[in-house]
Amino acid sequence: MSAPSPQRDLLRFITCGSVDDGKSTLIGRLLHDVGAVPDDQIAALTDADGALDFSLLVDGLLAEREQGITIDVAYRYFSTERRSFIVADTPGHEQYTRNMATGASTADAAIILADARKGVLTQTRRHAHILALMGVRRVVLAVTKMDLVDWSQAVFESIAAEFAAYAARIGLEVTAIPVSGATGANVARRGEDGGWYAGPTLLKTLEGLPPLSEGHLPFRMAVQGVIRPNLDFRGYTGRIAAGRVGPGDAVRALPSGVTTTVARVLAPTEDAEQASAGQSVVLTLTDEIDLSRGDVLCAAAAPLEVADQFEAAVIWMADAALLPGRQYDLKLGARTVAASITDIRHKVNVNTLEPLAARTLELNDIGVCHLSLGADIAFAPYEEDREMGGFILIDRMSQATVGAGMIRFALRRAHNIHRQPIKVDRARRAALKGQQPAVLWFTGLSGAGKSTIANLVEEQLAAEGRHTYLIDGDNLRHGLSRDLGFTEADRVENIRRAAEAARMMADAGLIVLVSLISPFRAERAMAREMMGDVPFLEIFVDAPLATVEARDVKGLYAKARRGELHNFTGIDSPYEAPENAEIHVQTEKNTAEEAASVILDVFLNASGRPSGARPR
Amino acid sequence: MSDAPSALSADRLTHLQRLESESIHILREVAAECARPVLLYSIGKDSAALLHLARKAFHPAPPPFPLLHVDTTWKFRAMYALRDRMAAESGMELIVYENPEAVERGVNPFDHGSAVHTDLWKTQGLKQALDLHRFDAAIGGARRDEEASRAKERVFSFRGPGHRWDPRRQRPELWSLYNPRVSPGETMRVFPLSNWTELDVWDYIAAENIPVVNLYFAAPRPVVKREGALIVVDDARMRLKPGETPQTRTVRFRTLGCYPLSGAIESEATTLDAVIAEMRASRSSERQGRLIDRDQAGSMERKKQEGYF
Repeated sequence: MSAPSPQRDLLRFITCGSVDDGKSTLIGRLLHDVGAVPDDQIAALTDADGALDFSLLVDGLLAEREQGITIDVAYRYFSTERRSFIVADTPGHEQYTRNMATGASTADAAIILADARKGVLTQTRRHAHILALMGVRRVVLAVTKMDLVDWSQAVFESIAAEFAAYAARIGLEVTAIPVSGATGANVARRGEDGGWYAGPTLLKTLEGLPPLSEGHLPFRMAVQGVIRPNLDFRGYTGRIAAGRVGPGDAVRALPSGVTTTVARVLAPTEDAEQASAGQSVVLTLTDEIDLSRGDVLCAAAAPLEVADQFEAAVIWMADAALLPGRQYDLKLGARTVAASITDIRHKVNVNTLEPLAARTLELNDIGVCHLSLGADIAFAPYEEDREMGGFILIDRMSQATVGAGMIRFALRRAHNIHRQPIKVDRARRAALKGQQPAVLWFTGLSGAGKSTIANLVEEQLAAEGRHTYLIDGDNLRHGLSRDLGFTEADRVENIRRAAEAARMMADAGLIVLVSLISPFRAERAMAREMMGDVPFLEIFVDAPLATVEARDVKGLYAKARRGELHNFTGIDSPYEAPENAEIHVQTEKNTAEEAASVILDVFLNASGRPSGARPR
Repeated sequence: MSDAPSALSADRLTHLQRLESESIHILREVAAECARPVLLYSIGKDSAALLHLARKAFHPAPPPFPLLHVDTTWKFRAMYALRDRMAAESGMELIVYENPEAVERGVNPFDHGSAVHTDLWKTQGLKQALDLHRFDAAIGGARRDEEASRAKERVFSFRGPGHRWDPRRQRPELWSLYNPRVSPGETMRVFPLSNWTELDVWDYIAAENIPVVNLYFAAPRPVVKREGALIVVDDARMRLKPGETPQTRTVRFRTLGCYPLSGAIESEATTLDAVIAEMRASRSSERQGRLIDRDQAGSMERKKQEGYF
């Protein structure tokens, strides 16, 4: 191995292709020929005939073989005198948008493989599309297995020309190289077989590619945290996303918009005259301003945009589909806020870039979506700045990362629609009625007795002179939710509408009873959060499936069992029982009257004291 | 503490600067988002680099988490000395944990074999220590280049109940956005050195003048040869086989663990520069000297699934 200098730089690249394209062989060959494979590993790669099988170098895990799965990205490392390399190697099978997007998100450049015998395939175009979407514009097209087409110059040039024409349309810059992983020709050394090829080897090309740099942009940094060892020092930590910063620079804090001046730049422990994109630093400021984790510091004269509604490309990464209307957590920079997809504009056919209509996104789908956030965030369009424009979506129940997105632009309506101030407020409306508004949310299986009990409770409240309204799931579907079906996505939207209606009625001063199967925890939590400081009582009307199915008042269970009714809760759609409902009534053990009386007791006791939304 | 080597130019950072910045970013994310993080400190060169990075990440404050050494009682004497010195120097709390069951049974590599020894002291010991202190994130110095099964490890590696690594529940890591969230009973292992190679660690140790245990440098040491490995007789507990006499050889270590299980290499490298030069010329992998990895095929991966670091 040559002696790499500590002064070398770093290039991260992703390899796109499948085993059939000879990808494992090519990567294995590259690692081997630069001396990144230790002798004791080489011994393990030698087959009975003494030939080296490079593909074994990049083999999968036992767990993958045993469970028949592929883990998204494997990372490999090698270096030359000039440069260190980090290779993101992603499995190249059909369903791999998620994996490739993950590997591409940190890549400066990419190698796309095309088998010389097969040319540019649908898969080749798919790889190019994902790279363009992820902002990886520098692409090396490695035309592999050239030894199997006798190093035909015509074959290589026709593949290179076809791909270059296509790549130019989607904004990629391409260098094409004819290689053979099997012989190593044009990988790390020049190939004697391809005498007509005058260009550089794959390795030389990789050494010459410029790394992505955000150095030319104005200064931006997400604040990771505050360091305060004593009263004399208050430093803000972060890794510079773009631009440069030095003492004396005017900076602006976002979303607050407050401006101040940088006093010191520690990079990361000693004072520096300047620090640039990619460096982890500590900044101190000349003024004490309100600034904490999740805020953004940027050049005062070139602030980022701030908004709470966006159009973004979203890649879905979870087995459970994306549900428009459901609340997820969105993390961008160091900021995490609640977010929901308000609209899926269209899905993208990743093979052709053709837009397709969609109501939901499944695993590996890419969609152009509108998002609405719970708070303002500072951002940059992804195309301009990956760090300030890329986000992940986190499921609030499972805590898993379920999606990734790239912001295109803020929606104008976020700027143009302002709330109309209203003079008569909830407190005044409630005072006129002489009561405290509240929401009683009845959840449970169909036929558990929700509506019966809710009716009894409302009758009793009315008898006591309280102003009430009952929103019933079935009635809702005759009007407000007439356009919705029973898919998960539609159910989520139905609950959002019911909750929004309940919120408005509570705002009008009413005690609102909502009787709705509302099968998902996430949406019940959302309804609770939407009510703000209006007391919210979750009432679990609990009856075993066997019991409600035996009762089958509306004959729906029988229909569902016969397969005439789809997505029926309890049969072929799940019911997530509440984990900490305020009230739990069991209609198998108690009559509806007894249940109603328990609920009234709890409610009337609770309504005496102020209670807000509880933490999840 | 000094900063990393100078940049290539104003906007182009060296690979060590990039790696350092990335590791510091990761350490700050753990501190910000995890409730009770801990830094697993095992005294080797990777731990040394990791501790140094943690101190830089929060300078001028001390790192906001303690050090945890899951001890086996069979480390080299020089390692214990360096551990205590570094804990005192960093101003961080040092928690030393020894699995009480292993203490009681007197578990050692000679009577119990490397598999039982490693499982009880290290795997079970780590799980017990994390549970006892209710740590939700354990920061460790593992690198992806160390071993084949690590190439796919996440920076934030999710561990389910019982600290098990479940490949299906690992989270995609895009850009520099990590999701360290866990529910009760779940934990994270965090690897800030994921993208470092063995050589990067040594280059960094040299550039930053980080103290490492002298066992990494060649010196005459009493050695016996077992199963093809050179074992240094570090104290009187070493059981010599009949006819076995320690011989003095000039050796050093590439990787350190329990002394009866760590294979030395013959070397004349007595300085950092010489160690780095030797490594550049080396054609064998780092873990070759570790007896515990040889137990069975895919052994590292299996150990990880069971909760080994």
